[in-house]
Amino acid sequence: MSDVSTIDYQRVSPKYIVVDLVGYLISGVVMTAASFIPLLAFGWSLGWLPPVAVGVVSIVMIALTPRRVRAIGYALRDDDLVFRRGIMWTRVVAVPYGRMQLVDINRGPLARAVGLSELKLVTAAAATGVVIPGLPEAVAEELRDTLVTLAESRRAGL
Amino acid sequence: MSHAAPPAVTHLANGEWHRLHPATPLLKGGIALVAIIGFGVYNLRDAFIETLFGGGGSGDEDPVSWLLGHTAFWVIALAVLGFLLLLVAGFYVSWRMHTFRITDEVVEVRSGILFRTHRKGRLDRIQGINIARPFIARLFGAAKLEVNVAGQDANVQLDYLGSAAADDLRREILRLASGTQAAAASTEPTASGGGVVGQRVAELLAPELDPHEAPLESVVTMNLGRVIGSLLLSGFTVAVIGVVVAVIVSTNLTGEAWFLFAIVPGLIGGASYYWTRFTRSLRYTIAGTPDGIRIGYGLLSTSNDTLPPGRIHSVQVSQPLLWRITGWWEIKVNRATKSTTTDGSGQRNTTILPVGDRGDVMRVLALVLPGLSTDDALEMLQRGIESKGGDDGFTNSPRRAAPIRWFSWRRNGFALVDDAVLLRKGAIWRELVIVPLARLQSVAIDDGPIYRRLRLGAVKVHTVAGPITPSLGAIDRADAESFFETVAAAAVRSGSSDTSHHWRAHEAATLSTPPEPTQ
Repeated sequence: MSDVSTIDYQRVSPKYIVVDLVGYLISGVVMTAASFIPLLAFGWSLGWLPPVAVGVVSIVMIALTPRRVRAIGYALRDDDLVFRRGIMWTRVVAVPYGRMQLVDINRGPLARAVGLSELKLVTAAAATGVVIPGLPEAVAEELRDTLVTLAESRRAGL
Repeated sequence: MSHAAPPAVTHLANGEWHRLHPATPLLKGGIALVAIIGFGVYNLRDAFIETLFGGGGSGDEDPVSWLLGHTAFWVIALAVLGFLLLLVAGFYVSWRMHTFRITDEVVEVRSGILFRTHRKGRLDRIQGINIARPFIARLFGAAKLEVNVAGQDANVQLDYLGSAAADDLRREILRLASGTQAAAASTEPTASGGGVVGQRVAELLAPELDPHEAPLESVVTMNLGRVIGSLLLSGFTVAVIGVVVAVIVSTNLTGEAWFLFAIVPGLIGGASYYWTRFTRSLRYTIAGTPDGIRIGYGLLSTSNDTLPPGRIHSVQVSQPLLWRITGWWEIKVNRATKSTTTDGSGQRNTTILPVGDRGDVMRVLALVLPGLSTDDALEMLQRGIESKGGDDGFTNSPRRAAPIRWFSWRRNGFALVDDAVLLRKGAIWRELVIVPLARLQSVAIDDGPIYRRLRLGAVKVHTVAGPITPSLGAIDRADAESFFETVAAAAVRSGSSDTSHHWRAHEAATLSTPPEPTQ
């Protein structure tokens, strides 16, 4: 069995950067606009601080998007699937195939426009929370079939 | 105990459709109806006496005698009577249409008059069987049986059944679910004398644990002093004292008394919390049976659960701060089911030892984790609970974790014992979490900027939702990685060799039945 730091991860599609970027852009603009409320409505003298802070955070988040997307990875090992994400706060999860209860494929409107899907693994534990975003549709479906077959062959009790 | 002849009892599990206890409508909603009728009769009585004996008209006319004087009254009375008859008929029909059956594979319930519901629970997914006897139902000799199936709100309820029939049915369901084909040795019903009344009294006074059901005596004894002491020393008491002190101080400072009234609802709530905890803990029993652990509670309304082996997803031994003085602990578990039988304190059948000393804890752990019975494992559990840390078989946090775990870094660590993960935490609020590897769903390793700077990591073990969230922070990054690898691999091994969904299938196999194909 390989070491955590040396697992050979599959990356998600670079097109996912666009999807993620648009998402952060929209939420950044909305949040920045909302943070103008104290300034406009109450005229506080320090009212310019929240929009500046929110704006800067949004810009940093947007700037880091390519790195963040590159940090998402998954690997199919002999007996389990390993998923990792995050650059500042990283998270690595291993899900044994036998514990998967179902595999979901979801497509948001933006992701569908660029032909991507996300794959959600559900175990009996809600905390598992593994969602692999940014998979090309064909890959997602193939992966789902592989996972379902693997889960079937190693089915364990709860 | 049993008033029905044994064949008549076991036939409940013969795969045919059966009805519930005839008193079911009365117990489920009829009590309220009886109360309303009683209230009406009580009010009518005065008016009735007045019209009969022509009592002197008191100045203020009550609405009932006013009604009597009108013709509309009779229309209303007829309508009310019709409504009552309809209600009774409805209760009767709903009882007739509420049927259940138990086959070798599933337990099924059909109910409803207009909107039919049909619920099936697979026997090999049973997480436990609960028999509850609310006080009034106990007086009638009835009991609720609830088959807990994995999932939110997925339980199959049979309310109400005859008290003895419920016990027998549980035994039958567990036998079918366990995978043994041979019929379990049926227990001899004890001779009951003194007719129905004598039998009810005997049932009410009987010990919580039927000696026929569990060969072992309850492994833990509760005494009044300990129950009261545990409540007085609980975290809740500390909060209550805090609030009382705050109120006294603020009343003195502001000179206003309204604070005193503001806490009255809180005091009532607190008293009911103490009362439910108290009545629950007082007749607590836990014992091992061939079909799992049986946990019983309750003074007036009783409730008991049977948990087949392998249905406990994680176990937490913890110690509220003040219990340290007396050396008491409590044990909670995560289960894959949410029981609808709640109790006032919101414990939801997850506290399996409300209070106990170290000996009690070890005895209960031996019951709930039969896999950890070797001397080494017991030694590790002991250390996990009480050790101050250091070089004791646990992989603990390094010294550089001290800024994050001020007091507990020596003790904060993990160990892998046989087929379970032990996570030990806390120097002030001591805690040990045990997760059987076969029940573990996934494992994760987290870190953040501070952890990375200190070369630390946090591990999380995911199990079904419940009061316990097994996780361990601030351990050495390399240790965390090796934990991740070892646990992930061990979970796969242990999951594939686990047969607890048919926990007695191997016994059946030795009785010349072909074994089930293992995957």
